[in-house]
Amino acid sequence: MSELRKIYGLWRREVLRYWREKSRIISSFILPLLWLLVFGSGMRGMELAGTQSYQTYIFPGIIAMTLLFTSVFSGISVIWDREFGFFKEIMVAPISRTSIVIGKALGSGTSALIQGSILLPLSFLVGVHLSPMSYVILLPTMILISIGLVCIGLLIASLITSMEGFNFIMSLVIMPMFFTSGALFPLTSAPDWLRGFSYVNPLTYGVDVLRWGTFGEASSLLPIYAEFPILALFAIAMIVACSYTFSVRK
Amino acid sequence: MRTKFAIETRELTKKYGDLIAVDKLNLTIDYGEVFGLLGPNGAGKTTIISMLCTIINPSSGNATVNGFDILRQSSSVRHSIGIVFQDPSIDDRLTGRENLQLHACLYDIPAELAKKRIAEVLNLVGLEDRADSAMKTYSGGMRRRLELGRGLLHQPKVLFLDEPTLGLDPQTREHLWTYIENLARTTEITIVITTHYMEEADQLCNRVAIIDYGKIKVVDTPDNLKAALKGDVITITTAQPEKLATRLAELKLPPHTDSSRHTIRLAVANAEKLIPRLIKVAAEIGVEVSSVSVHHPTLNDVFLHYTGREIRAEEAESPFKKFLTMGRQRR
Repeated sequence: MSELRKIYGLWRREVLRYWREKSRIISSFILPLLWLLVFGSGMRGMELAGTQSYQTYIFPGIIAMTLLFTSVFSGISVIWDREFGFFKEIMVAPISRTSIVIGKALGSGTSALIQGSILLPLSFLVGVHLSPMSYVILLPTMILISIGLVCIGLLIASLITSMEGFNFIMSLVIMPMFFTSGALFPLTSAPDWLRGFSYVNPLTYGVDVLRWGTFGEASSLLPIYAEFPILALFAIAMIVACSYTFSVRK
Repeated sequence: MRTKFAIETRELTKKYGDLIAVDKLNLTIDYGEVFGLLGPNGAGKTTIISMLCTIINPSSGNATVNGFDILRQSSSVRHSIGIVFQDPSIDDRLTGRENLQLHACLYDIPAELAKKRIAEVLNLVGLEDRADSAMKTYSGGMRRRLELGRGLLHQPKVLFLDEPTLGLDPQTREHLWTYIENLARTTEITIVITTHYMEEADQLCNRVAIIDYGKIKVVDTPDNLKAALKGDVITITTAQPEKLATRLAELKLPPHTDSSRHTIRLAVANAEKLIPRLIKVAAEIGVEVSSVSVHHPTLNDVFLHYTGREIRAEEAESPFKKFLTMGRQRR
């Protein structure tokens, strides 16, 4: 039980911090809207296999993008904690390394979830009609995706020592994950080399499940019943990997 | 489990490649003691504390803190100690109270008890009225006080203070010293302080260890260390220093004469007892003494004696310098 209380403490810190950074909330809300309303409108002429408009099509992908940016950045922000010393307070506390990772992942996951959830009610703007069932599928999926992505951020943070490496990470990890995930175009019509990358990109399955939750159908690489467990396994594997990185004492 | 010593190290060693940061340290610290680790920056003080706090592992050797083995019982060690780090370690975006609440969660203090203790420590460090302001609005001294309060929140048996007053103005420093003195007097807590401020060690510590290049040069009470130097210096100013010097040399009190400044200096064990005699000798030979001054050895002199170097405040890394180099170095 006691570890739960420690996890709660770390979760609360993340949420409090998120809540106080109003500018971050607003800015990460504007970016998806730009994609949906500006990019989506511009690409309206693009032909898709189904009957959906392009704006409608990319809606789940843009939610995934919001989760991706918010979560990975939140994980990487551990660098600031390390730089400004707060990390020591956690590292010297009698708390298991796994709990630290879970607390951080749940806290950042909550922020990402809020971020993504703000977009859901706005879905009507791009012609998406979400049923209550959609919410039941979308919200847990968003949590799972966030947890895995926060841990990617944490792992990156353990490899790079300052925020100066952030641009590098942005172009080497975050953008490739975004572009190969099928957020912006159907992977079924993508060339083989690109699909190869998509298969190993966990976000691909996240986008697929979100698309399935939104429209009730998905242009999946794998059957939908396989994709949700993949997301869960990915989240767990990442928590284990991060716990290991955190527990290595110099 | 109560062991004989609050802290006991056995051949505790930490190497970074070829650099030996801490070299076969053997040290015992009693319960209830305020113990000072005194040395210049880079002497290995923080490394010692980091090992005792189980943040880093020793390369060889071992230590017990409150009877717990730092290698095998790190969780128990962590539960029983409090730490105020050299660098700030609070979350800027939270309020003072929220930082304390987080600490209470991390140390698994039940919510009701935590509420009571938070009120207590806020009172102790005099921050009740600022508890709900964001840390960003706190001054350097207030931050330090909050960190001290936080270190006490889970009622540790041993409190580590790593350069607790580094970068604080003299007034705030005095305030913190008062808190620490009160704490040592009113509780049974064992306090380990690292510092390079001699006055700090002198005022607060029961015993100090002088550390240089990862080794202990000497351990004793500040008073004993100073007395052992036999280092009182009497400076006499007179118009006829040579005449007085010759007479004193005859009396087996060999002085150092500085004719240009008309001064005579004597290194003696107990200056106060000797001064009346000196004045009398001067009067007997008709030398007029215009002034007499006495310098008692400070811990600085002790440090100089044992290390051959002066300890200087500039040696400590200022927070400002740290800020400038931040991000460029791996720490």
